[in-house]
Formats: sequence, C-alpha cells, structure tokens
Amino acid sequence: MSRYAAMFDRLGGEGAFGAFLMLGDPDLAASAGLLDAVVAGGADMVEVGIPFSDPVADGPVIQAAAQRALAAGVRVDDCFTLLHEFRARHPAIPVGLLTYANLVVARPGFMRDAADAGVDSLLIADVPALEAEPFARAMTQAGIEPVLIAAANTPNATIARIAQLSKAYTYCVSRTGITGTHAGGEFDASLSDRVIAAGAPPPIFGFGISTPEHVRAALKAGARGVICGSAIVAAAARGEDVTELVRSLKSATTERVGAAMD
Amino acid sequence: MRLTGRFGRFGGCYVPEILVPALEQLEGAFLEARDDPAFAAELNGLLSSYAGRPTPLTQCRNLPGNIYLKREDLLHGGAHKTNQVLGQGLLAKRMGKTRLIAETGAGQHGVATAIVGALLGFETVIYMGAEDVERQKLNVFRMQLMGAKVIPVESGGRTLKDAINEALRDWSASFEKTHYLLGTAAGPHPFPTIVREFQRIIGREARAQMIEQVGRLPDVAIACVGGGSNAIGLFADFIDDQDVRLIGVEAAGRGLDGEEHGATLLRGTSGILHGAETYVLQDGDGQIADTWSVSAGLDYPAVGPEHAHLKDSGRAQYVGATDAEALAAFKALAESEGIICAFESAHALAHALKLAEAEPGSAILVGLSGRGDKDVGQAQQLLRPSA
Repeated sequence: MSRYAAMFDRLGGEGAFGAFLMLGDPDLAASAGLLDAVVAGGADMVEVGIPFSDPVADGPVIQAAAQRALAAGVRVDDCFTLLHEFRARHPAIPVGLLTYANLVVARPGFMRDAADAGVDSLLIADVPALEAEPFARAMTQAGIEPVLIAAANTPNATIARIAQLSKAYTYCVSRTGITGTHAGGEFDASLSDRVIAAGAPPPIFGFGISTPEHVRAALKAGARGVICGSAIVAAAARGEDVTELVRSLKSATTERVGAAMD
Repeated sequence: MRLTGRFGRFGGCYVPEILVPALEQLEGAFLEARDDPAFAAELNGLLSSYAGRPTPLTQCRNLPGNIYLKREDLLHGGAHKTNQVLGQGLLAKRMGKTRLIAETGAGQHGVATAIVGALLGFETVIYMGAEDVERQKLNVFRMQLMGAKVIPVESGGRTLKDAINEALRDWSASFEKTHYLLGTAAGPHPFPTIVREFQRIIGREARAQMIEQVGRLPDVAIACVGGGSNAIGLFADFIDDQDVRLIGVEAAGRGLDGEEHGATLLRGTSGILHGAETYVLQDGDGQIADTWSVSAGLDYPAVGPEHAHLKDSGRAQYVGATDAEALAAFKALAESEGIICAFESAHALAHALKLAEAEPGSAILVGLSGRGDKDVGQAQQLLRPSA
C-alpha cells in the first residue's frame, strides 16, 4: 500500500493536513529543521517545493521562499539530499514534491532520483492534464504517484483524464489565482463532488488555506484534506514557531463533515 | 484544444490547469475569426486606415550590396508590434473581454497594447520590470498617456521574463474578463500560432513587393529574433520558397562565449519556459539564466517554439550579432540611408551587411522591425565620440 493510501486509511473520518515548505529555504540546515517541525506539529503529509527561478503559479510568499533558497545556493541535488535524510528520519509520512516542468526536464532521471529520495508523489505546476501523459508515465515507471490539479473551471472531461492519469490525491483549487491569496474561506463543494464522481484520487484542497476556519470550510466542502503553504512559509520566514501553527491548523481537521458517507 | 500546438517537438501548452480553459477559449475564438470574413474586413481596415499598411519596401541606395528593407518602422506605433495587437484586440472583443494585460520589456509591446486599449476601449494594464520602468521612462509615459496603467514588477530580475511571470499570475485570477495580450510568438499554445498569423502580413507584403519592384524573390530574408514575432512574420510566407534562405539574428550581446547575451537558439538548450517547450538559456539544474543585450527587445531567455523547430529542421539558420555590431549597423543605416532604426532591427542589418560583403550579388531582404526613437538616448551615450 502506498504511503498516501495508508495515511487515508489511518485517518478514517479525519481530514488530512498537508504542510508545504520550500526546500532549502532559507538554507539547507534550517530547511531540514522546518521539515521536522511541521511533522512535530502533526502534519499528516509533507509537500515540498524545489525552488525554481520563474514560479508562475506562485504568489509573493512562495516566490520569496524560492528566491531565498536560490540565493543561498541551493541546487536540485541538495533538495534530493534533504529529502533522503528526511525520509530516513520519518519512514512513514507521505512526501509530495511540487515543482515546475523545466527542473524536471533538465534532469535526466529526475523521477528515479525523486523515488530514491523517498518521494511519494509529484505535481508539476505548469503541466496540465493536457500535457501530463508522458510525465505521468515516467513517474509511474519510477514508482512515483502523479498528482494533477483540478480547478473550479476544469471541465468534467479533464477531470476524467485526471482520474486516469493520477494517483495519491487530486490537488483541488477552488478559486482562481495563484498560491497564497485568500479564498475568503469559501470552498467549492461542487468541485470535490465532481472529483469524487469521476473516480479521481481523493480531493485535497490547496490555495488560500491559512486559518483553522479555512481548514474546516474546505473539509465541509468535501475535501479529504488540505494543504497549507503560504501561511506556514510566511510564519517560518518571520521566525515564528511553525510547530504551533501546524498544531492549530491540524486541530481543525478532526471534524470532517460527511466522513460517515465515505 | 483543436490544434496540436506543436512545431515538431516544440511548443505545447505548459501552464497551470486553471489557465487551460482560457487558452481553449482563445483558440476557439481565433479559429472562428479566421473563417469569418467580417473579422478579416475589420482587421484589414484597421491595418490600412489606422496603422498605415502596407508598409514600403525600400531598396538601400548607399549601403553596399542589394539590401531591401521591409519598413515596419513606418507602422503606427513605430514597430511591427501593432500588427498583432490589433488582431488580438479584436479577438478579445469577440470573446467579450473588457480588460487587457500585457508584459513589456523596453516598452514597445506595452505601447502597442496601450494603443489598442485606447482604440478599442479596454481597461489596460501593463506589467513591466521595475528595472525597465526606470530605464524606459518615456515609453512608460506614452503608455500612461494612452490610458494604460503600468505596474512595475519587483520580483526576480525585474525585467521582461519577470513581467511575463506577473502577467500570467494576474491572468490566473482574472481570465474571465481579461485577455492576456502576449507580445511575441512565444508562450503557450495558441499564442505562437496566433501571433504568427497576425504577423505574417510582413512577409506576405514583402514577397509581393519583391516580385513587383525587383522582379524576383530575395535570396535571403533576415530578421532579428528575441521572442521571434517579427522574424516568424517575415519568414512565414517564404517557408515554402526553398530557394529563399531564412536567417534569424539573435543578440550576441557582449559575446557568445560569455554569459552576457540573449542568444537562446545558439547557446540555449531544450527546456520549458512560459508555457512552451523550446530552447532556453538555463543552468544545469534548469534555473533560467539572466540575459543581456543592448536592445531590450532581444533580451529574453526563451524563444518562440516555431523558431526552435525551424532551427532543428534546418529550414532557417540562426546567427548572432553583438552589441557593437548592431550599434555599427544602426549608425551606418542612419548615415547612409537617413533611417534611424531600432537596436533590435540593427542586429538583422548587421548580419545583412556581412552578407552583402560576402555575396555582393545576393538580394537581401531585411525585416526592419522598428524605428529607433526609443533608442536615440542610449545611442547618444554609446556613440559619444569621446567615449
């Protein structure tokens, strides 16, 4: 059983909480500490970015995190080393990689290296379902679960394609825009319904989740879990205790509505 | 998508999922408009009565060899950019959009977008690297004069590629009412195809003018390549004329052996940037490199995917011209022909001058993509006799 499947099994009616961090932000040593800190706070899954120079899907907070890491001289090799060491410390927690296509195509054997580093899934922010097939094939061959994004404006035909191509979870974006902008706490229940109806992997909501209220609202809208990125990255950048932040956000996942219907 | 969006192995539509419906809508509007005589009539009307098409073909009188200039510098707005902003502006109207966003480097595409925004009644927002806003104050004011709002981009290297990133981010949140009027034949499908189709009038006219005025096709057609819209516009109607050599000239900046250039096709490697698989200037990890050219319009780390394909298929050849060579050609054209061209266009001319020397009998067609008003201040600094 994959680590994601095991996680969903273990959680049962509880929502999954995913914590996002940028690898190498602000430097390698601090980044390793932050990864441990979100696990200590109770994160069920860890989602990590590999810093890219031109992150078009990201808002100012994640952009700045990538720039800090690049300015610290962090290379893709270093990111895989970080993940390798993290995996040795935390054998069971699912680890998802979120990055951009150019870093993937620039490195022959990217998928294999990611798998060797203990990565479970890969989402490439600028590879939509339309272009995903060769990437998904390479991931599957390497033993990595492909993750795709379903947005509120994604038609059902595309969600059906996502169901065919992806595993692990479906990254749901229930509003327009980039990472880190607030959704005003409103999440689109019809999106999770459509994802579930298409037989796509479990819907996890991302983009605009920064408070326990957002977490509850997303779960109420049918999410099996949430991913929080910008709020955690911003807190870390301010030197705040991310363990505490994750703990407070995670505490809101225990009341998943509709869990009984799963 | 109804078209493949591929040029050989290049191109494609590498954007966040959220933007795919907007690109599909754009492709649909473009394909419908292409088959609609009313659209063609409106666009052609604007091109002739507003923008000043057809532009002349000028035979150089005093420069060596047989050099013919396709005078996009005489187009309203001062560059070839106007051709395609009119086309995309009309498409945006057709789609019911009320707002235009665009990226700009030196400001030429920003000015062109502001023109169409004013003419067709759009709210217009231009993203421009903060570095470029500082360097190109006059163009910023031109855009503002025509009612556009200019937003300085502080992220990344604060230049053109960062302005594109920011425009894409805006579009991710605004596509329902907003058209992203991309400025070159690059980016995700369908932009490379749409921009080529709206720019191919350059080569179509030039081809007919060569036949009419010279009685033959050129031996060579030369254009500068940044993103590649003026070059693909000049080349498109010559691609089937196998005897016409096609040469794209990239910015060799301070030299191709260093890192200060914008020669994506000559020094880049295959990658994915701004929505397309194409040649990219990057490091071993795939991080995008900083580029350099004396001309802001050629200062871009990727290139239109069709050029990547024309290079690999061998149908077009790509060469470089350094800052110094471009500047010398800029000066020569002014002195010999009384034409002050854009620094970008001077790159094409620089190679034409080399070729005119090597093969004096050849008829050389040069895409003079823009006029040099925007560059006069910089030229004054660079050409100062005491310097």
